[in-house]
Amino acid sequence: MKFSESWLRTLVDTQLSSEALSHLLTMAGLEVEGLEPVAPQFNDVVVALVLDVVKHPDADRLNVCKVDTGRGEPTTIVCGAPNVAVGLRVPCALPGAKLPGDFTIKIAKVRGIESSGMLCSAKELGIAEEASGLLVLPADAPVGQSIREYLDLDDSQFELKLTPNRADCLSLTGVAREVAAIAGAQAKLIEVPEVAATIADQRAVVLNAPDACPLYCGRVLKGVNAKAPTPEWMKRRLERSGIRSISALVDVTNYVMLELGQPLHAFDNTKLEGAVHARMAKPEEKLLLLNEQAIAIDADILVIADDVKPLAMAGIMGGEESGITLETSELFLESAFFAPKAIAGRARRYGFGSDASHRFERGVDFGGARRAIERATQLIIDICGGAAGPVVEAKAEMPARQPVRLRSARASAVIGMVFSAEQIAGLFNGLGLPFVREGDDFLVTPPTWRFDIEIEEDLIEEIARLHGYDNIPAPAPRGNLKMMVQPEAQRPAARVRQLLVDRGYQEVVNFAFVEEAWEADFAANPDLIRLANPIASQMAVMRSTLFGGLISNLVTNLKRKQSRVRLFETGRAFQRDAQGAPVAGFRQPWKLAGLAYGGALPEGWGSGALKVDFFDMKGDIEALLAPAQLRFERLQHPALHPGRAAKVLLDGREIGCLGELHPEWVQKYDLPQAPVVFELDFDLVKAVHVPSYLEVSKFPPVIRDLAIVVDQGLGLQTLLDGMKEQLPTLVQDIQLFDVYVGKGVPENKKSLAFRIVMQDTQRTLLDSEVDAAMQQLVSCLERAFGAQLRA
Amino acid sequence: MDNLDQIVSEAQSAFAAISDPDALEQVKARFLGKSGQITELLKGLGKLPPEEKKTAGAAINVAKTAVEVALNERREAIRKAALEARLAEEALDITLPGRAEVRGGLHPVTRTLERIESLFRSIGFEVADGPEIEEDFFNFTAMNTPEDHPARSMHDTFYLQNPDGTVADKVLLRTHTSPIQARYMKAHVERYGQLEKMPEIRIIAPGRVYRVDSDATHSPMFNQVEGLWVGEGVSFADLKGVIADFLRSFFETDDLKVRFRPSFFPFTEPSAEIDVAFMSGPLEGRWLEIAGCGMVHPDVLRIAGIDPEKYTGFAFGFGQDRLTMLRYGVNDLRLFFEGDLRFLRQFA
Repeated sequence: MKFSESWLRTLVDTQLSSEALSHLLTMAGLEVEGLEPVAPQFNDVVVALVLDVVKHPDADRLNVCKVDTGRGEPTTIVCGAPNVAVGLRVPCALPGAKLPGDFTIKIAKVRGIESSGMLCSAKELGIAEEASGLLVLPADAPVGQSIREYLDLDDSQFELKLTPNRADCLSLTGVAREVAAIAGAQAKLIEVPEVAATIADQRAVVLNAPDACPLYCGRVLKGVNAKAPTPEWMKRRLERSGIRSISALVDVTNYVMLELGQPLHAFDNTKLEGAVHARMAKPEEKLLLLNEQAIAIDADILVIADDVKPLAMAGIMGGEESGITLETSELFLESAFFAPKAIAGRARRYGFGSDASHRFERGVDFGGARRAIERATQLIIDICGGAAGPVVEAKAEMPARQPVRLRSARASAVIGMVFSAEQIAGLFNGLGLPFVREGDDFLVTPPTWRFDIEIEEDLIEEIARLHGYDNIPAPAPRGNLKMMVQPEAQRPAARVRQLLVDRGYQEVVNFAFVEEAWEADFAANPDLIRLANPIASQMAVMRSTLFGGLISNLVTNLKRKQSRVRLFETGRAFQRDAQGAPVAGFRQPWKLAGLAYGGALPEGWGSGALKVDFFDMKGDIEALLAPAQLRFERLQHPALHPGRAAKVLLDGREIGCLGELHPEWVQKYDLPQAPVVFELDFDLVKAVHVPSYLEVSKFPPVIRDLAIVVDQGLGLQTLLDGMKEQLPTLVQDIQLFDVYVGKGVPENKKSLAFRIVMQDTQRTLLDSEVDAAMQQLVSCLERAFGAQLRA
Repeated sequence: MDNLDQIVSEAQSAFAAISDPDALEQVKARFLGKSGQITELLKGLGKLPPEEKKTAGAAINVAKTAVEVALNERREAIRKAALEARLAEEALDITLPGRAEVRGGLHPVTRTLERIESLFRSIGFEVADGPEIEEDFFNFTAMNTPEDHPARSMHDTFYLQNPDGTVADKVLLRTHTSPIQARYMKAHVERYGQLEKMPEIRIIAPGRVYRVDSDATHSPMFNQVEGLWVGEGVSFADLKGVIADFLRSFFETDDLKVRFRPSFFPFTEPSAEIDVAFMSGPLEGRWLEIAGCGMVHPDVLRIAGIDPEKYTGFAFGFGQDRLTMLRYGVNDLRLFFEGDLRFLRQFA
C-alpha cells in the first residue's frame, strides 16, 4: 500500500515528523517499507510566464526570453529548451536558487547576453528521470508561486507492507484512523453528503447469492463526458499512491478506493440488459476480462450479470464488453460488499490479482458501500458532468458482528504484565472499538471495517500493540526443570558429522530437488516424485539419492581448480512408498553421503601420488562406525562400478553402499578420474551399542602367522567366514597382514598372510594345544578352499 | 720422578691428537696396556728396595690415574663429537608441512545449527524433527491457515505431481518448520493428555523448508529453526525474554538492540516480527528482520488437543541462513548452496 503523506495529513491532524510517523506505524504493525520524498531538495523555483522569445543573436540553439516571475519587472533569461514559447507557464529557478545536484543559479552572461535565472525541465527539478524540454504547467498556474507549493512537492511517498489481517488499512481513511489511535491524534475523515438524484433512470438489483453478496448499491449516471481531463491534484495523489492515471472515470473509482477502501466498478450502462444480478456462475459460462484474459468461469465464482449474460467476476475484475471507454456517456456504477470467503483464492486460481480482489478477500468495510458510491458520484459529476439517478440498494443479511469477550486478567496473563481494566478501556477507546463493561470484562463489538477481531486473543493483541511491544518486559524465562532424554545408544548427529570432518570431509548442503537425469543416472529411479510447479527444469524432481548433488559439487570445484575434493552431506532423500510414514505414500529417510576425489592424501612433498580408491573410503566408513564390525558384499548399483561397489551391512542389516562411480558417468560428467562415493542411512549410522564388559585375560596371548595360497577370485570375507565356522575356541582374532601376487605364487593364485591370536582367559596355553588349533585351521582351509600352506 | 710427569703429559697429548675411538684404544695400550709404559713401571716396582717401593708406587699410581682420567675425558669427548655429528646429520627441515589428512569442515549453516541447538538445550529445549514432504493439513490447516486463507499467498508453495501427472492435493513441500509444532503437540497430547498436568513442551525444530522464490536474498530451499514452549502461564513477556537471551548469546554481544514489532501469522496471536540492530560493525544501526513469533493461536492448540484456557505457549521461527549470514558476514544467500570449497573452507 503506497500513499502520499500530504494526502494522509489532510485526514488526520498530527504534528509528527515523517520519520516519527514512519516509526510509529512500523511499531504498530503497519510496517513502513519505503519512505521517499517525492522531489529532492531545491529552492527559489517559481511559476513563470514566458512573455517574449527571440533568437539569440550569437547562438542557433538558444533563445532570449522575457519572463514574468511575479517579481515586478520581467526578467531576461537565455534558454536552450526546444519547447519554449510565448504564453507558456514553466518553472523558473531564480538567481540564488539551489537545484538538485548542488547546482546554484547565478546571474551570468550566456554568449554575451545576461541571463538572470533558468527555465527548468522536470528532470532538472529531480521529479522525472527524463525530460524532452521545459516542464509546461497548466495555464492557470499562478505566476510567482513557489513551484514546490504549486506541485505539492514537499510531500513523501509512504509504502506500507500490510499483513493480510489489516485490510482496514488498505485505504487512506483506514491509515488515518490507525494514526489517530496510535498517536492520540484527531482523525478528520471526509464528509460525504448524499448526491440527490436528478434523473429517474435506475436498474433493478437482484441478490441471488446473498451469502456471497449481501449488499449491492448501483446507480445510473447519464450525460457524462468520459474524455474530461482528470484534475492535477487527483492525478498527483493517484500517482504518489502507485496508480497510473488512465481516464477521469477510472481515476475516480481508483481514487475513492484509495480514499475510502471501497473498490468500485463502472459499467457502460448501454451494454446492460435488464436487471443486475449478483449470482454464482452458471455451468459453461465464459467471460472476456478487462485484462484481455478469456476465462471459463468456475461454478464457485460470484459473477455480476444482467438478465442475459455475465458482466464481471464480482469483486475481482470487470468484463471487457461491459467496460467503460472514452466514448462512454452512460454509466452504471457499482459499490458492493462481497464476502471474503466468496472472493478468496479465486483470482489466484486464474493466475492474476487485482486491487479489488486483494481488498475483498481480506475484508472491506461493509458499512461504507453507500458512502463510497455517493463520493464517486459527486466526483464524477464535478469532473465529467452528467446527472445521477437514485441509488438502488439491495441488501440481505449482513455479516454478523458477534461481541468478543475480553477478560482483563487473561490479557495480563497472556501478555505477561498487569493491565488494569481502566487502562484497557483507554486503549479500546483510542482504537474506536465499541464495548460494554461487565466488571473487569469487556464485550467488544468489532467495527464494520475490522475483520481481524473474532476471539479474545485478537483483542489481547490490540492491547499489546497499542501499549507497545517495546514496553512489555523481557524477564529471564522460568520453567520446570526436567532432565532431557539422551539415549546412549544414539550418537548425536553432530558427533557423526565431526568424525567425517576430522577425516577430511567438507560438508555441503544441496537442493532436495534435482535434475531428472541425476535420478536416472545415479538411482535408475522409475518412480520419480515430480514437483508440480518447479522453479526450473533442473530442479524438477525430488532426489532419492544424494549422489547427484555431490557429483555436481565435484564438477563445480574441478572447474575452480580444486584437485582434491572430499565432500559430505546429510539430508533427506525421498521415495514413493505405500508404507511410508509419517506422510503416507512417501519415505523420507535421512541420508549421510560422501564423495572423495583426487589424491589419497593432500598433495605435498611427502604424500606420494596415490589416488584415492575404494579402500580409502572403506576405511573411512569403518572408522565412522567403529567399533562396530561391518560386512561388505558385492553390489549392483546404477551409480557404481559393478566390480568396485559394495553394500554395507551392520549387524546383518544393510545400511548403505559405497563404491567407485561407474565409468559411464565418469565420462558423461567429464571427470578426469573416478570419484569414490558412499551413502548411508543416517539414523542407522547414529545407532551404537552401549558397551558391556567382557573379562580381560591375565594370560599372555600366543601369536602365530599363517600364509596360504588360494585362488585369486576367492573373496577374503568368504575365507574368513569359512574359517570362523570351524574356529577353535581359543582363537581370539585373525588379522590379514599381507596379500601377495607375483613371483613365487602360481598364476591365478594369491598368497594371503594371517596373524592368528590365541588366548584363554583361565590359563596359559600349551604348545601342543596351539599346534593342534593351527592344524585344525589349516586343514579346514585346505578342505573348504583348496588352500595350500605357503612354503 | 720427572719421568712420570713426562709420561702423563705425553699420554695427554697423544690422546688429544686422536679423534677415532679405535685409534684411541690402541694408543691407550702404549701407556696402560700389558707392556705399556705405566704397566712396565709398575712391574719394575718389585725390584726396588722396600723403603722406596711405597713412595714410588704411590707416584706411579698418581700418574696412572692421571692417564686414565685423560683417557676417559678423551673417550667422552669423542663420543660426544660423534653424537653431535649424527644429530647434525639427522636434522630435518622442521618447517616442511606435516604429513596428514587435512581437516574438513562443517557447513556454516550447520555450524549455526549446532550453536542454536546447544544454546536452547542449555535451557531445556529438546530438538524435534519432521518430514519435508508434508501434509497440507499439518503445514496449513493445523496452523490455522485453511484453504483460500489470504495468508497462503504469503507462502509460495511447491506442490507435487501424482504419478499420473495430476497435482497432488494433500501433500506439498513444507513452507515452514511450523508443522513440526503441530506434529509434536499431537504426539505429546497422545502421550500425556490423560495426566492432570501435562509436562511442558519445550522444543526447537530446525530444518529445510521450500518456497517458490529465487534471487539474491531468497532461495527456493532454505533453513529455518522453529521454537515452541507450551505450558501453564507461558506469556508474551517470556517469549521476549527467551529471544533476547538467545540473540545476545548467539551473537555473543550485549551490543545489540532487539525489537518486537506487531505482525500477523495465522498460527500466532498476538504475533510479532523480531528485528535486531547491531551497535557496531558494517550493519551498525540498521534494523534487520530476523524472525517471526507470537503466542500460539488458541485454534492451533485446540487442533492439537490442548486446552488453551489451561495452557498457553509461544512459538518462533528464525531464518537459520539469515542468522548465519549475520554472524559471519556472508552477504549472498546463494553461496550456501553452491558447494564451492573456497567459500566453505572458511568455516572449517
